[in-house]
Amino acid sequence: MIEEKRNVLERFKSSGRFRGEGILAFALILPSLLVVGWIILYPILRTFWMSFFDIESPLPGSYPFVGLHNYFAAFKSSDFRMVTEHSLYFTFVSTFFELTLGILIALLLNSPLKFRGFWRSIVVIPWALPTIVNGALWKWIYNGNYGVLNELLHVFHLGGQGHNWLGSPFEALNMVIIADIWKNTSLVVFFILAGLQTIPSDLYEAARVDGSTPVKSFWNITIPLLVPSIMVVVILRTIDAFKVFDIIYIMTKGGPASGTQTISFYTYQQTFSNEYFGYGSALAYLIVIFTLVIAWFYIKLLRQGTLEGVS
Amino acid sequence: MKNEESITDRQVSRRAILGAGAAAGLVTMMPTEGFAAGFSKAANVKGTISALFMKQAGYSDTDVAKMTADFKKVYPNVTVKTEFVAYEALHDKIVTSALAHTYDVVLIDVIWPAEFGSKKMVVDITNRWPASWTNDMLGGAVATAVYNKHYYGIPWILDTKYFFYNTEHMAKAKVDEASLDTWDGVMKAASAIKKAGLVKYPLAWSWTQSESMLCDYMQLLGAFGGQFLDASGKPAFNKGGGVQALEFMRKSIVDGLTDPVSTATAAEDDVRKMFSAGQISMGLNWTYMWAMANDPKQSKVAGKMKVLQTPAGPGGKRPGINGSMALSMSSGTKNPEAAWAYMSFLTSQKEQNAVAMDSLPVWKSSYTDPVVVKTSPAVVAQAKKELNDMILRPQVTKYNAMSLVIQAEVSKALIGQKTPQKALDDAATKAAAVLNA
Repeated sequence: MIEEKRNVLERFKSSGRFRGEGILAFALILPSLLVVGWIILYPILRTFWMSFFDIESPLPGSYPFVGLHNYFAAFKSSDFRMVTEHSLYFTFVSTFFELTLGILIALLLNSPLKFRGFWRSIVVIPWALPTIVNGALWKWIYNGNYGVLNELLHVFHLGGQGHNWLGSPFEALNMVIIADIWKNTSLVVFFILAGLQTIPSDLYEAARVDGSTPVKSFWNITIPLLVPSIMVVVILRTIDAFKVFDIIYIMTKGGPASGTQTISFYTYQQTFSNEYFGYGSALAYLIVIFTLVIAWFYIKLLRQGTLEGVS
Repeated sequence: MKNEESITDRQVSRRAILGAGAAAGLVTMMPTEGFAAGFSKAANVKGTISALFMKQAGYSDTDVAKMTADFKKVYPNVTVKTEFVAYEALHDKIVTSALAHTYDVVLIDVIWPAEFGSKKMVVDITNRWPASWTNDMLGGAVATAVYNKHYYGIPWILDTKYFFYNTEHMAKAKVDEASLDTWDGVMKAASAIKKAGLVKYPLAWSWTQSESMLCDYMQLLGAFGGQFLDASGKPAFNKGGGVQALEFMRKSIVDGLTDPVSTATAAEDDVRKMFSAGQISMGLNWTYMWAMANDPKQSKVAGKMKVLQTPAGPGGKRPGINGSMALSMSSGTKNPEAAWAYMSFLTSQKEQNAVAMDSLPVWKSSYTDPVVVKTSPAVVAQAKKELNDMILRPQVTKYNAMSLVIQAEVSKALIGQKTPQKALDDAATKAAAVLNA
């Protein structure tokens, strides 16, 4: 039977009709292939090629081939190590808080609240704000002289008068992370809320009948069934957070004392401000490699680690 | 030629007289020398060009729109598309658009001719540069677009940082305004103002980690008799006056005289806003601050402020930072004649004199022109002194890369992470590595 089917398939493949359909199919996807190839594939390959040259101008010319020198230069650079640490810190802290807060808010919005539709709608606002607006907004909130944060602390007698929230490197990095958490927790809420709505309520009912407490149900039903949603959102947020650029550019421009410089901001500066295009291309590829490693780590963790057993 | 003959051969009509009058009028509107004189030539220049400007200090977008409208009257066949970006984005915009040839004319900072000129991103206009311009422009302006004795643009914005102060605060704190002639006097005045409780921090600066911070540092380095690079081109800012300047900056923070927001996020426009709000008493800033801080519609200190030449350091030196800018022709322009016409027109004395309130002209004789003097007598009086003595940041091809490493180290010293000497030593090592790379 199988042999017969295989023969039919072989005959069809060798027929002119198959070839004609194949050509037609290829012709139909060719425009898309060309567009995707030109605007995505070509720059990716071109950047990879550039990373092996010492290019210091945006204009075409003859530039020396330096092999892996740009990659080695990055690993030797203390600045690169510093910005990588900042990026990793930014990524893990922001993703952790966004996920934790996102799950809590999603649980709240999934419960029978009054005006639930309204609450669900306003959660979208931070995420809908362009990052440039969000950055400018928080920059003003943190301003030592006019900032709302200092004013609030003052009103509640918690001090803060004249405190410069973006004035010291580590504090500034944490303050930028808070601004990022405020904006991107919304995205986590949507994903988790969507995941929560796919969990049948009779599972909770059955667990309750079997004597399970709400906390036990949360850990034994909700979280395991949310793993696919958590996995997607964590990977998305991790990749996004590791590449963070715009909020840094708006709020601190990498300062003070380079304390908020992240790997993407550093790459941008090296590439466009210093015109080290070869080095910048190598840095861009290192970002891709780091991002893939982090994403792979998360996937492994979620599939085989603490949440093992959930397919 | 044929047309000219036919006109002279004919009886002079009323229409011809009106036409000649119009042409003569238009010719007088055109830039002075080295420029294609005559309406017929202007009419021959055609096409569409794009120009990139900054929306910050210097000429406002309204000024540029006015100048462009004037240009259109003389060059009716040229259409100009203008675009404005923040200063921080200007360099990178020029770089990223270079290959696509997006702009025909770009505004470049005084620190970029070496970089853009050596990489042929902007056109060497030495052969178009009339010899008379070198004498007719102020020395500091001419230096704006020069690299290796070649011209890469026409100077347009001639600027340096002046010292602005609130006269009301000085009077209330019983500070003799003459004492503001030196940095030592400024610090004593700041202490008196703080002691009188007029403001919490009498000074604010543009010391966010950026080029604006380096401009202030350079101006103080000059006042303290320091040198940025030595005669052999090696960093020398980690010796003598360079270190004293940074120690002075740090001390003003430690003593509580400088608003700490200065090292966090403050750039020039933040200093202007704080000064205009009466929140600080003194500050360094570019020319444009005078008009805005003295405008009652947007300032609480209008009529209660004065401007001075930058204060002198211990040795009596007081160079102003050269913060000038030039209009350059992009190497990818498809219409060099229209680009040149536009650059020449905007930099012409007549156009610059007309908007002197926001940025002073590059032309020497403008400073005795009653129109310019009347526009901004307070600033012109100080400009006459300060523009003759300016400190130029080094014209090196890797200026940006060098500046970024110095900014990071100066920032560390300002927030107390490193001592000024240690920070500048580290900056000198890194800067030397960039220059030798």
